[in-house]
Amino acid sequence: MGDYIVLIISCVFVNNILLAQFLGNCPFLGTSKKMETALGMSMAVIFVMVLAGGITWSVYHMLLVKYNLQYLTTIAFIVIIASLVQFVEMFLKKSMPALYAGLGIFLPLITTNCAVFGACLINIGEEYTFMQSLVTSFGFAAGFGLALILFAGVREKIILARVPKALQDTSIGLITAGIMSLSFFAFKGMV
Amino acid sequence: MDAVLVPVLIMGVMGFTIGAVLAIASKVFYVYEDPRIAEVESSLAGANCGGCGFTGCGAAAAAVVGGKALPSVCVVAGPETTAAVASIMGMDPGTAESKLSCNSCDGGLRAENKYHYMGATTCAAIAAMYGGKKTCEFGCMGYGDCVRSCLFDAIFINEKGFPTVIESKCVGCGACERACPKSVLHVVTMSDRLLAFNQTDGRLAPCRQECPAEIDIPRYIAQVRDKDYAGAVATIRERNPLLLSCGRVCPHPCEDYCRRGIEEEAVSINQLKRFAADYEMNTGSRLPISCAPDTGKKAAVVGGGPAGLSCAFFLRRLGHDVTIFDAMPKLGGMIRYGIPEYRLPKEVLDWECQGILKTGIEAKMNMRLGEDYTTKSLKEDGFDSIFLGIGAWSDYMLNVEGEDLDGCYTGIDFLTRFALQQQKDSLEDTPIPIGQKCAVIGGGNTAIDCVRTLVRLGAKEVYIVYRRTRNEMPANMVEIEAAEHEGIQFHFLAAPTKVMGDANGKVMGLEYLKMELGEPDASGRRRPVPIEGSETVIEIDMLITAIGQGPDVSFKDKESLDDMRFTRWNSIEADPETLQSDIPYIFTAGDAYTGASLVVAAIGGGRRAARAMHLYMTDQEVTPVEKSLREKHIPVSIFDKVPGLNSTTRVEMPELEVEERIQSFVEADLVITEEDAEVESNRCLSCCITCYDKD
Repeated sequence: MGDYIVLIISCVFVNNILLAQFLGNCPFLGTSKKMETALGMSMAVIFVMVLAGGITWSVYHMLLVKYNLQYLTTIAFIVIIASLVQFVEMFLKKSMPALYAGLGIFLPLITTNCAVFGACLINIGEEYTFMQSLVTSFGFAAGFGLALILFAGVREKIILARVPKALQDTSIGLITAGIMSLSFFAFKGMV
Repeated sequence: MDAVLVPVLIMGVMGFTIGAVLAIASKVFYVYEDPRIAEVESSLAGANCGGCGFTGCGAAAAAVVGGKALPSVCVVAGPETTAAVASIMGMDPGTAESKLSCNSCDGGLRAENKYHYMGATTCAAIAAMYGGKKTCEFGCMGYGDCVRSCLFDAIFINEKGFPTVIESKCVGCGACERACPKSVLHVVTMSDRLLAFNQTDGRLAPCRQECPAEIDIPRYIAQVRDKDYAGAVATIRERNPLLLSCGRVCPHPCEDYCRRGIEEEAVSINQLKRFAADYEMNTGSRLPISCAPDTGKKAAVVGGGPAGLSCAFFLRRLGHDVTIFDAMPKLGGMIRYGIPEYRLPKEVLDWECQGILKTGIEAKMNMRLGEDYTTKSLKEDGFDSIFLGIGAWSDYMLNVEGEDLDGCYTGIDFLTRFALQQQKDSLEDTPIPIGQKCAVIGGGNTAIDCVRTLVRLGAKEVYIVYRRTRNEMPANMVEIEAAEHEGIQFHFLAAPTKVMGDANGKVMGLEYLKMELGEPDASGRRRPVPIEGSETVIEIDMLITAIGQGPDVSFKDKESLDDMRFTRWNSIEADPETLQSDIPYIFTAGDAYTGASLVVAAIGGGRRAARAMHLYMTDQEVTPVEKSLREKHIPVSIFDKVPGLNSTTRVEMPELEVEERIQSFVEADLVITEEDAEVESNRCLSCCITCYDKD
């Protein structure tokens, strides 16, 4: 049990997928202008990343390793994640329309979120067990959500600040992301 | 060989499996979607730009099919796309109502500064600091967040520092509305604008709060000032379709609340309204009046008076099919048959009524409720809702001895019979015999109309007999003054007790008791108390009693209208906010609801009823206006003094000389000149809630 907690802390803070590993920057900048959208995106990522972590682990260990086809990992994972998102979208639309409406446009957007793919690859690279990969996937997704929500909070305040014209909008966003990343580096060595 | 075959096979199997699973899933998790959504989506631009305000083209397509957006939703694609989408939806692309951004504040910068501000020059930033640097918490701050939010360059900051919307470029996406921290900008359709009522948090000048029709007075005065007379007419017509009539007969309660009037003479608001209205009529061509797409609902409007015409006009503009039923030969109701020619020429009224009918309203004349049709028969004829604007046509009686003698008339009856004869619509050939010495009992506008009519018909001596004093007379002050100028003799503090007749049953005298004023009564006016033994007789040969009137509700006996309640004055009981009667599909307004009141109140009521009927017919809940400001004022907006004004004088209303006007029924009051309109419109302080233009 203790191991899992350490694993989660490591994923959320120390190896934060956004601020330490720099994956998923596209939605990070794109959906962080408003707290509301940031929350929606975070929920969608947690949902998909945990599912993808479990399924890609199974496919890798039960199929690719068995036939010694590890070099197909990238393409196989891309196909799996893309179709998984499609499947989940259809499933939610039918059985949980409320959740589907809540996640809205963010669900299909995740198809192109490299953080999901990155987390799956890290699970394989670190040679985690099935349970461990589920936990790390959740941790990474939670870390993604945490960074996104913090960043959205900062960006909502940036509107009120005097920003030089040349640095407005995305530019100041990237600078802020850099400073946030530096501050997250302070967690290094904690685990 | 295996090195190639196995991975290809595995990927193939994987692809096939996934494909199969998705195919099955799409069947298993199939959710019915309107096939038109896919069709519409495929004709949109597919850029997923979000310019329309929806999250992507799919959402926009769903909104179009769901009726929440228009075929012209796509801001990227051109008119072909709009036409394609409209054809899928079976709509006419041209008639759909488009949304436009409207600025509701153009004066916020006039307010005092609360603090010196050096921060970021965005509205959002300054709004976050104590709600902005201006003392006015409602007003526009002018930093242009809306300009930056607009993807279509449809907003710019004008030379006065306020956002101006370029209507031809605005697509109604709503980005500016979302960007504005003060909700100054509203993206609305024409219907939304027509259905809007004063609210407690609105940006309303005091005159606008007082006007029973809620006309945007500062806006049309500004338009007159800018010589945009057509714009001024359109602004008035958003609230009042009878602008020619109101410009002539309205007692302008708005002017009592004019801020300039606190320090000196109020702006002559009604003269400016008449100037704009007459401008349209004098050009001879009618300005176009747009209507929303047809809803397919039918409304019957009973009574073609000001309330009925107003209700019909707004229902028609909201897209409903409207038919007016009126018992008289011509439209106009009390303003045609109760208001004499010299105050409102019939030619003007005809022009106005034709304009209203031209929007596509059908009028059935000489149809009396209870005789030619009933509310039940209307319902059976497929009308979805009914408006009862039957007015107050039944004169109250004095209940004194001799009231029914030959030569005695009642006010409305006299005015109506005379108006019918004057317009040659009457079946009676012999005109009403006019006496030499006539007395009119009453102190309201009907009484004044009677005496001024009698003077014009050649009566030598005309008296007004009123039981209180001049100060308590409910008639308009200008009317009382005009009557005085025309030589009417006033007997104040006189309560009629008996009408005396000669041997032939012809009236020959009126006996009254002198009164003195006592304690104030329920209406706030001091109650007259008779002085014992003060009986006085005046010699007369004609008597008109005009002491008030109530609705004629004889129709209720012709059908069983047990579900509908009436007050003890015979007016119809209805919800004051929605004007819905106890029978859900019947609505009312005007004199039929309020008892005898102002034309402008009937017009305002007609629009209020139109809103409720629109909600009722479009299957929405008939709810009161939210945060309604009906008959109330915003306390902070009512000032005791208005510092900083230069003294100016009000433009005088031109009128015919007394000698000239009492000879005929030619209109006595004239319209002001364009130069005077310019001077007068510049006297307007362009007030909002707390700020105004100092000179």
